[in-house]
Amino acid sequence: MSHHIVAVQDLHYAYADGTPAVQGISFRIEHGESVAIVGANGAGKSTLLLHLNGYLTPQRGTVQVGDCLLSKETLPQARRTVGMVFQDPDDQLFMPTVRDDVAFGPLNLGLALDEVEDRVAAALKRVDAEHLADRPPYRLSGGEKRAVAIASVLSMQPEILVMDEPTTGLDPAARRRLIDLLASFHHTRIIATHDLDLVLDLCTRTIVIHQGKIMADRPTLEIFQDAELLQRSHLEAPLRLQSCPVCSRTLPPPHEPEAHHHHHDDLVEPHCHD
Amino acid sequence: MAKIESAFFDIGTLDRLASRDNWLSRLDPRAKVVTTLLFVVMVVSSGKYEVSALLPFFLFPFTLIAVADLPLDYLLKKLLIAAPFAFFVGVFNPFFDPAPQLQLNGWAISGGWLSFASIMLRFTLTVSAALILIATTSFTGVCLALEKLGAPRVFVLQLLFLYRYLFVLIDEGTRLHRAQTLRSFNGKGRGLKVLGSLLGQLLLRTLDRAQRIHMAMLCRGFDGEVRMTRRLCIGVREVVFVGGWGATFLLFRSYNLPQTLGLLVERLMR
Repeated sequence: MSHHIVAVQDLHYAYADGTPAVQGISFRIEHGESVAIVGANGAGKSTLLLHLNGYLTPQRGTVQVGDCLLSKETLPQARRTVGMVFQDPDDQLFMPTVRDDVAFGPLNLGLALDEVEDRVAAALKRVDAEHLADRPPYRLSGGEKRAVAIASVLSMQPEILVMDEPTTGLDPAARRRLIDLLASFHHTRIIATHDLDLVLDLCTRTIVIHQGKIMADRPTLEIFQDAELLQRSHLEAPLRLQSCPVCSRTLPPPHEPEAHHHHHDDLVEPHCHD
Repeated sequence: MAKIESAFFDIGTLDRLASRDNWLSRLDPRAKVVTTLLFVVMVVSSGKYEVSALLPFFLFPFTLIAVADLPLDYLLKKLLIAAPFAFFVGVFNPFFDPAPQLQLNGWAISGGWLSFASIMLRFTLTVSAALILIATTSFTGVCLALEKLGAPRVFVLQLLFLYRYLFVLIDEGTRLHRAQTLRSFNGKGRGLKVLGSLLGQLLLRTLDRAQRIHMAMLCRGFDGEVRMTRRLCIGVREVVFVGGWGATFLLFRSYNLPQTLGLLVERLMR
């Protein structure tokens, strides 16, 4: 299904004052892939994301979503295909109640009321937030806001999900719930984040961006083992891949242990110090 | 600051009241908006010195409060918060208009005092009607009704967003204020200059947020029209509600009922 791909070709973008934000980025993300975009503050992640749904137009280069190149004419189609979850849910939940907010996209697509109501119910159910439907967004907790923000995108039934820092401001339990939720999606997922442990759980491929350029585009585990690359890009290996502060041993990541050869393969049971 | 905060956050109470299910909250929001509008126009357009003629109008707020079972003390508190505005509009009238207008048991009451009382009465009537409207319809319902009644879309959108982001703005302002308080000592760091940059900061943050919100709206296909799933319908109940109250207001406005009643009693006594 070629309409789930995202391809960026030699993308350039500079801010109005001339500061370059993105300088020649190219990648191609296939259907169903889950890709992390990581990089230091100001590396150009957010600017890149804003190109993926056509909010910014490339100054040079192209962005392809599905079968068509992004342009003024294909914009509505692209925005329907790419669901964007913003960093601050308060920016995304602008309607008076959760129900109105989740219905906002489908109503703008011109769907019939019954269909919209079905979609709202389904999207809220998907993120386990049916009980919040009639609440105003300002009365929700951080985790609830995040779940509803995702529902407000799901209701448009996008094929590609783009997320900017989905775990900021969440407590550990809410963060874990979010990761489980995202892991259950079959969409093509593009996640920009500093939460490298989340990347380890969710993304098989990682693109490292530094100063507007791609430093590396490889399988996640390979990237996290490249200490030199991480340091150059102002990053750090996920905590779980770092040695334990108490006994200095390392645990293998929960998924794909076979891709990962540690010197203590004998360690099977949960890590404990007694 | 804490006071302002709690007063503002209390707006949520009105919404909570509106979400309760009763005969009044089930009524189409348009009917309630139109009736309240009629009420306000009738009250405001009464003569400058009218006091007694305004009294029958209290029937409207009291009936609604009874039907919707609204907490009277809460509404009175809200009225008190807004009262100073009306008070200062009218408080100088007694000085500017000392000519006696009314003889009461030998006491001369000046036009200024009469018009002051009239202003306070009108304030109480109109503001309580507005509060009751929101407490039975919800702010969103009122906005929706305004749009359906033909108010400019941009205006309705502004109202909706004002309501949604008021809390976020207060939050942001409170954080700025807190950060400032924690780092100012002995009255230093509290001057107008600091306040200026604080407000500037708030404006910039707000502009940034507005841009991000707009972005989020565009991402979900916003084209200038706000659509909502609520279904509205005007039925018999709505027509009766608007018609009944409209006729009542017209009656109150055309005849000074207390005066008529007084004259009647006087004639009977004689």
